Amino acid sequence: MTDKNVNRTVYKLLLVTAGMFAFGYALVPLYRVYCDLTGRGSTTAVSESAIRAGDVDDERLVTVVFDTNTRDIPWTFKAEQHKTRIRPGKLSEAVFLVENRSGRTVTGRAIPSVSPVQAGIYVSKMDCFCFSEQVLAPGETREMPVRFIVDTDLPERFSSLTLSYTFFDVGDNAAGAPKQTQKANS
Amino acid sequence: MSARNLKLFAGAVISLLLLAIQPAWAEYGLNLPEGVTPISRNIYELHMTIFYICCVIAAVVFGVMFWSIFHHRKSRGAKAAQFHHNTTVEIIWTAIPMVILILMAIPATKSLILIESTGDSDITIKITGHQWRWQYEYIEEDFSFFSSLAPDSNEARQLRSGVDPATIDNYLLEVDNPVVVPVGYKIRFMTTAADVIHSWWVPALGWKRDSIPGFINESWAIIEEEGTYRGQCAELCGRDHAFMPIVLKAVSEDEYYDWAGNMMVAAMDAEAGADREWGMDELLERGEQVYSTFCVACHQVNGMGIPGAFKPLVGSPVTTGPVEAHIDTVMNGVPGTAMAPFGMQLNDVDVAAVITYERNSWGNEMGDAVQPSTIAAKR
Amino acid sequence: MSYGTTHERHHDDHDHKPTGLGRWLFSTNHKDIGTMYLVFALIMFFVGGAMAMVIRAELFQPGLQYVDPQFFNAMTTMHALVMIFGVIMPAGVGLANWMVPMMIGAPDMALPRMNNMSFWILPFAFIMLLSTFFMEGGAPAGGWTMYPPLITQLGDGFPFLIFTVHFLGVSSIMGAINIIATVFNMRAPGMGFMQLPLFVWTWIVTAFLLIASMPVLAGAVTMLLTDKYFGTSFFVAAGGGDPVMFQHIFWFFGHPEVYILILPAFGIVSQIIPTFSRKPLFGYESMVYATAAIAFLSFFVWAHHMFTVGMPLAGELFFMYATMSIAVPTGVKVFNWIATMWRGSMTFETPMLFALAFVILFSIGGFSGLMLGITPADFQYHDTYFVVAHFHYVLVTGAIFALMAGAYFWLPKWTGHMYDEKLGQLHFWLSTISVNVLFFPQHFVGLAGMPRRIPDYAVQFTEWNMISSIGGFAFGLSQLLFVWVVIKCIREGKAASEQVWEGARGLEWTLPSPPPFHTFTVPPKVDAATAHS
Repeated sequence: MTDKNVNRTVYKLLLVTAGMFAFGYALVPLYRVYCDLTGRGSTTAVSESAIRAGDVDDERLVTVVFDTNTRDIPWTFKAEQHKTRIRPGKLSEAVFLVENRSGRTVTGRAIPSVSPVQAGIYVSKMDCFCFSEQVLAPGETREMPVRFIVDTDLPERFSSLTLSYTFFDVGDNAAGAPKQTQKANS
Repeated sequence: MSARNLKLFAGAVISLLLLAIQPAWAEYGLNLPEGVTPISRNIYELHMTIFYICCVIAAVVFGVMFWSIFHHRKSRGAKAAQFHHNTTVEIIWTAIPMVILILMAIPATKSLILIESTGDSDITIKITGHQWRWQYEYIEEDFSFFSSLAPDSNEARQLRSGVDPATIDNYLLEVDNPVVVPVGYKIRFMTTAADVIHSWWVPALGWKRDSIPGFINESWAIIEEEGTYRGQCAELCGRDHAFMPIVLKAVSEDEYYDWAGNMMVAAMDAEAGADREWGMDELLERGEQVYSTFCVACHQVNGMGIPGAFKPLVGSPVTTGPVEAHIDTVMNGVPGTAMAPFGMQLNDVDVAAVITYERNSWGNEMGDAVQPSTIAAKR
Repeated sequence: MSYGTTHERHHDDHDHKPTGLGRWLFSTNHKDIGTMYLVFALIMFFVGGAMAMVIRAELFQPGLQYVDPQFFNAMTTMHALVMIFGVIMPAGVGLANWMVPMMIGAPDMALPRMNNMSFWILPFAFIMLLSTFFMEGGAPAGGWTMYPPLITQLGDGFPFLIFTVHFLGVSSIMGAINIIATVFNMRAPGMGFMQLPLFVWTWIVTAFLLIASMPVLAGAVTMLLTDKYFGTSFFVAAGGGDPVMFQHIFWFFGHPEVYILILPAFGIVSQIIPTFSRKPLFGYESMVYATAAIAFLSFFVWAHHMFTVGMPLAGELFFMYATMSIAVPTGVKVFNWIATMWRGSMTFETPMLFALAFVILFSIGGFSGLMLGITPADFQYHDTYFVVAHFHYVLVTGAIFALMAGAYFWLPKWTGHMYDEKLGQLHFWLSTISVNVLFFPQHFVGLAGMPRRIPDYAVQFTEWNMISSIGGFAFGLSQLLFVWVVIKCIREGKAASEQVWEGARGLEWTLPSPPPFHTFTVPPKVDAATAHS
């Protein structure tokens, strides 16, 4: 029971404590990895060249529902079509319409979400308005396309998917606007 | 001492008996409801199976314990043995629970797979949780509405209201606009939220699902019996968490399409209404409806608010002052107070109507009719 | 960092007690600090209990009679924070302070000054927390789980809540480091790890759980703080964050926390049952391994607190299986306790009665826990009164009952006086009956559909809520009797012998009752065969 031994134990334990505090923060990137693996709140962004030609599943059709939401942003946000039926492996496009109904310029950011969560990893987007912030002048309307492809590996049990987007106001005058935003999942 | 132990033993036996006859009490509200969907029935079966297994384990384990308490007492002259381990016994009582757990896990896994196989649905309803009401959006039919606590429940639930809840039909479990669905259809429920996390739960459907801002969750149900099914928000969402019930009406196919048709017409009317000039009377009528859905929880039916918590609207500087400030308050809220911004939830007609109503009710006599076009210009 | 300096040791050799306020303010004596922890826990028990009484009074009948819903939410939130961080954890640390050095034959804790500091942080932290009641926006009302975005709607009390959590974390981590440093370095010669009394073992494991989980909680609440005030968006969907991530991080701390609360209780019961069965603990080694296994598994089950947020099927299955597997080591413990009683020579003094009630009632909480762990069924049970019933069975009739058992068990040792056995048993029977009247009906209303954390409910839940409230008031009042028992014991109890209980074994029972201010200044020689009971 020498003091030296006690001190050594204490230092080790303090190290563990600091390590666990850091681990708490490390859970943030780990959680992103988990989300990417499971598809939560994210869909993979890929380049067009990554798509293999002729790899289309002609056997089945998958229903894709488009869902739009706005939160604390004076925009109307609608999908041109609520629902479409697509073939896995084939590049598909959906068009969304936004209108800034306010008398000011508003910066919005769309957060995507896919349901069911497990299906998220089978959806790849070539092009999406959710990849970047959108700035709309007063009264401006805009058509925004999303070009996506559903992987042919999509399990049979997912005969229907929902692609959901929520626009948030991220401008300086937004209520409680975060001053710096983290990198959003595409 | 022995009398005490007898009491302890008797108490345990009685409570076990109570547990065992619990299913017989189901109709008296002691057990999980069996529900009206394939999922809910499945979960009910699973629940009862685990419950019975637990009862049997409890009877055996506590039985041995009480036998020992009764027989191995010093007062009965028991001499203490000195054994302190037995590897065989220890392996057995590690292995047996494992087997039991695996037996439980099999049906649990099956029912989980059933719950998670959403697949194609006939109707998609998006449910958005707001503080403190639900919004239902029929995706294919393109109409949506809010559903709030019924006015009579709302009046009775105020602090020291003096109203006996027993005199209110379905106290706290009634809403102004129930969500209507057809029986026998596969319905997909997508849940999300506008502000904080809520959880949409109708026990008869067999599940609850969190509604999370920025994300969608989905669940499904095929309701097999017509009826009215009630539920509540299950995730603490602030002050009025207890007061945002869910009423779901399962009706026949014909009845459903009649209802949905009417809702679609009403939605189109509302859209058209934004561009025309509104008369005072129709604004007041519409305003009263909006007020009773969105404002009454805090500002009360008589516009007097709750002293110390919510400001009165009667004779207030906002409702009897310049109209611009009134519009600003309703649309943008008052930061740092309970007054939320309603500009995003309400359309131009609703904002115009409710402001008109507030300026011309309960003795407020401003006489001005606010037009939807005025609101549109403020956005 | 050098706490036990030679100068101090030398000073300690004179058995003089400091007197007056200074004795307590500047105490570095493990017995005094232990006493302070225990008294603090008892006071907070009544503070948290008073909040529970407000809750049960409001829920006595439907309609709102006494409090505003916001204040009700603050009551449930603060009740949980006070009971968890202000009662069960400090009481456990208090027992460890008193008993661990005496059980391992050490003169004091390894870090006496840190010990003093870790205690004195607590009263200040709780004054800070309770002061939020008087702030703009009121006390925290978003649930003790502090889920965003709701918790960020809290007013001026928000930073105080966060810093309270930080202080509590620092305090308990210091306590944990101290316990590990003591047990690892200051055991009497001849006392190996496998000779440690089980209470010491459970505390080692608990201390490691604290060190591993409290910093994670500190990280999570710091993220909340920066989200609200410094523009980060860890949990803000608009900035690319995810509110559900908070729940993952919180419960990564939260589930080990559950075992931080219950493992010392296991330890206490493992000391008491052999004593009053007059028979060695059955399966000592498997008890140690089961404790370690439970602690290890507790890091892999967190998501069972949040099945309804919507997880991939694989995740739901994994967390369900992992949760169910905890039943195995827990079962081993219960079986070992019963096997210890088997063919013993049992007597039923108050500590034993509380320990036996613990075994039964904790098991009932374990069964409902197993049911809750089954994911599909949890879709119905989650966030209902069934959950409330479950965790009160494990925390009140589990942790609190074990702490009561420990208090009665060691009270004669601490004070040198026997408590009044009749009053003690009266306290036991009143508590046991009322606590079941209080919590058992909550299973029923939960299954029948009553959500938790609501100040008002539909009329069909009235009868069971009334019964539950009556049980609640009776349980609350019964605890006043405990205070009287303790006062009476100190003032006029009969003198206690060294061994106190006929079946008591272990180093602490070789010391006089009460033990002198400084004990084991010369390490005792431990006979390996008889070290643990």
